[in-house]
Amino acid sequence: MAEEMKKKEEYVLECHGISKAFGGTQALKDVELLVRAGEVHALLGENGAGKSTLMKCIIGLHQQDEGTIQFEGKPYAVKGPVEALNAGISMIHQELNPEPHLSIAETIFLKREDTRGILLNKKAQNERAEEILRKFDFPHSAKTLMKELTLAQMQMVEIIKAVSCNARLIIMDEPTSSLDSEETEHLFRTIRDLKAKGVAIIYISHRMEEIFQICDHVSVFRDGTYVGERSMEGVTRDELISMMVGRKVENVFPKTDCEIGDVVFKVEGLTGKGFENISFEVRKGEILGISGLVGSGRSETMRGIFGMDPITGGKLYLEGKEIKIKKPSQAIKQGICMVNEDRKNFGLALHRSIRENMALPTLPLKQKAPLLNKKQEEKDCLDMGKLLTLKAASIEHEAFSLSGGNQQKVVLAKWLLANPKVLILDEPTRGVDVGAKSEIHSLMCQFAAKGMAVIMISSELPEVMGMSDRILIYHEGKINGEVKREEILSGDEDQESILRRAFGGK
Amino acid sequence: MAKKEEKVLGMDREKFRMFMGKYGIGVILLIMMVFISIMEPAFRSGSNMVNVATQVSINAMIAYGMCLAITTEGIDLSVGAQLALVSCILGQLISNKGWGIIPAIVVAILVSTAWGTINGFLISKFNMFPFVVTLSTQLIIRGLAQVVSGGQAIPITDATFKQIYSAKLGPIPFPILVLILATILMYLVLHWTKFGRYVFAVGDNMQAAIASGVSIIKTKTATYAISGFLAGVAGVIFTAKTASAQSNIGVGYETDAVAACVLGGTSFAGGVTTVPGVLMGIFIIGFIYNGMNLIGIDSYYQSMTKGAVIIGAVLLDMVMNKKNS
Repeated sequence: MAEEMKKKEEYVLECHGISKAFGGTQALKDVELLVRAGEVHALLGENGAGKSTLMKCIIGLHQQDEGTIQFEGKPYAVKGPVEALNAGISMIHQELNPEPHLSIAETIFLKREDTRGILLNKKAQNERAEEILRKFDFPHSAKTLMKELTLAQMQMVEIIKAVSCNARLIIMDEPTSSLDSEETEHLFRTIRDLKAKGVAIIYISHRMEEIFQICDHVSVFRDGTYVGERSMEGVTRDELISMMVGRKVENVFPKTDCEIGDVVFKVEGLTGKGFENISFEVRKGEILGISGLVGSGRSETMRGIFGMDPITGGKLYLEGKEIKIKKPSQAIKQGICMVNEDRKNFGLALHRSIRENMALPTLPLKQKAPLLNKKQEEKDCLDMGKLLTLKAASIEHEAFSLSGGNQQKVVLAKWLLANPKVLILDEPTRGVDVGAKSEIHSLMCQFAAKGMAVIMISSELPEVMGMSDRILIYHEGKINGEVKREEILSGDEDQESILRRAFGGK
Repeated sequence: MAKKEEKVLGMDREKFRMFMGKYGIGVILLIMMVFISIMEPAFRSGSNMVNVATQVSINAMIAYGMCLAITTEGIDLSVGAQLALVSCILGQLISNKGWGIIPAIVVAILVSTAWGTINGFLISKFNMFPFVVTLSTQLIIRGLAQVVSGGQAIPITDATFKQIYSAKLGPIPFPILVLILATILMYLVLHWTKFGRYVFAVGDNMQAAIASGVSIIKTKTATYAISGFLAGVAGVIFTAKTASAQSNIGVGYETDAVAACVLGGTSFAGGVTTVPGVLMGIFIIGFIYNGMNLIGIDSYYQSMTKGAVIIGAVLLDMVMNKKNS
């Protein structure tokens, strides 16, 4: 019994008193982290709380200024991810960056290829890879190129690679942010298998449900300091949120009921790549939620409406009149705007200033003179920044200097400046911390109250259910059911019934 | 593990880094000028400064066009050949066909602008690599120049035409006036117009620019058209300077232009450049030639020095602006 107790408290990773400063900013202040062997340990905290910095210290991308790290009871200091992996620690990054032209086998054995003399031994390498893939029930052969895999599969390859390198600690940074429910379930099964094999996992996520579902302990960070550790048994969601933000968050979803007016925007029989025969309408002041699995045609439909991808059939009506949209500039002119799900690729020019980013889509509308009216522009940007409670030292700073939540606010701002009739939001709160998330939710309600029609795609069921007046559920490119807010409030519809429809049921 | 903050020139390391990031190119320019002045006092004279500014005006036109192209994540390798084509058109029209100077210049610059437009259209419409497109059109344009000139140098004896290079307003030669005008216009275009904003947006993140309603075809075509136009202006000044139309001029001129852009902080990743930076880059290149001539160093070493200075400046910039730490 005593021995078992002792074993239980055996830490695979011990970080004590870690501090790290960048220039004048103290990113980490005397931080602790204790991870037990074979557990899933959650890291929780708003963006900028210091989670990523600590992880980068652990895998050697940063060197801490003060403090010690012990791994498996021995002092541990590495100079980079490769050394970290050799020592037994691997990190799966949120944004995967695979070499698209390498095969799975080549990816797994990158930098440790099977060789015969100076030549590669591809055959042996492929066979070894196949064997490992079989253990994980991976559906592709080892010769498949990385570019042919889905995001979830690429992630799985990374995990398989980590395991094949004999990693005893795997750090996963927002691993489910681009996965649908089914893929998430599959990931969780893999995590449980790894746990059973004694691999410890540090799990970084903003999704509270997942942390409760999969993690054993949680360490909470706030503003570069360590708030504390809790066992997942016996801790409540509210307690964790208040640890994180240092204040009580009252209602997670601030949805207010506002007057719903006439139909603003109507879609009839819209067809394109990944979706067919989509019809729906959205009214003034309404928040229309779009639910469904990733890849079910939700984003594709919206990209089609916004003119990003071609549509092959169907009609669009704005305020009763048929409109044609072939490119985004036409959509913007008509008053239809879209916040893309992929902020990094479609949202911001990161090396340009906040001002330039905010003003970009509305330049043709607002700047008619040959030279820019920078005074007016500055006023517009500052007003919008105030409305969105944007936290930035100045609008002349480059967009990459902002945290994820504030970057998302800049994206919102650039579209709000266009004063849209229809605002399409694709995963508006992805990769955004709890505080900013709830701010974005209240903003959505404000927009609706002003008579905007809001269409929101979200993979987080609680978010769709908490924010929408009406929910459309997608399944394999078609709409498979519609749920009204009253039905959710009355309990006739719940997470299960919506998920069932998303999987094709009735 | 604790690291002491190092001091550089009495400043915090971080402060020093930010200072150099912003003004580093100016500091390099100053150090160079001081160094050359000490080696050769004649360098400091007003007449030498006017001399340098006149000489760099040709490269400046090309570099401004180049910095637009590089900022949209491209490059324009056709500028040297454009110079030759413009020169040959001028020679043919003025000396052989007896055209007036103004119409000849207008036609020549129209042709170079048209070639720039073709470059831009091929690049944006068919999504071809700018390097490949302009490498190829450069061959075509150079060939055209040879066809137009018949492979021979055509002297231009018209005195008024030569005035384009030598005329002065007070102490300031005409090419310097063109340089000042071009600098002001470029500054306005890049920082005070919608088009400038589009150039930056397209260069930094093309996908996001498309999603914001920016037309890639219009933006890039206009970018290369401007580059072609400016190369045309450079061609006119160059031809006035030599008073002769030749199809083999301008070889390697794109190198100096690219060098000036890079020295001036233009990023090959796109989306970042400043007109004052490029202007300083242009003068650094000019001072390398002028200073070494004055000191009396062989031209072989000028080329080597230029290469070394560029690598040094970019290296310094990388170290100063380490983005990932």
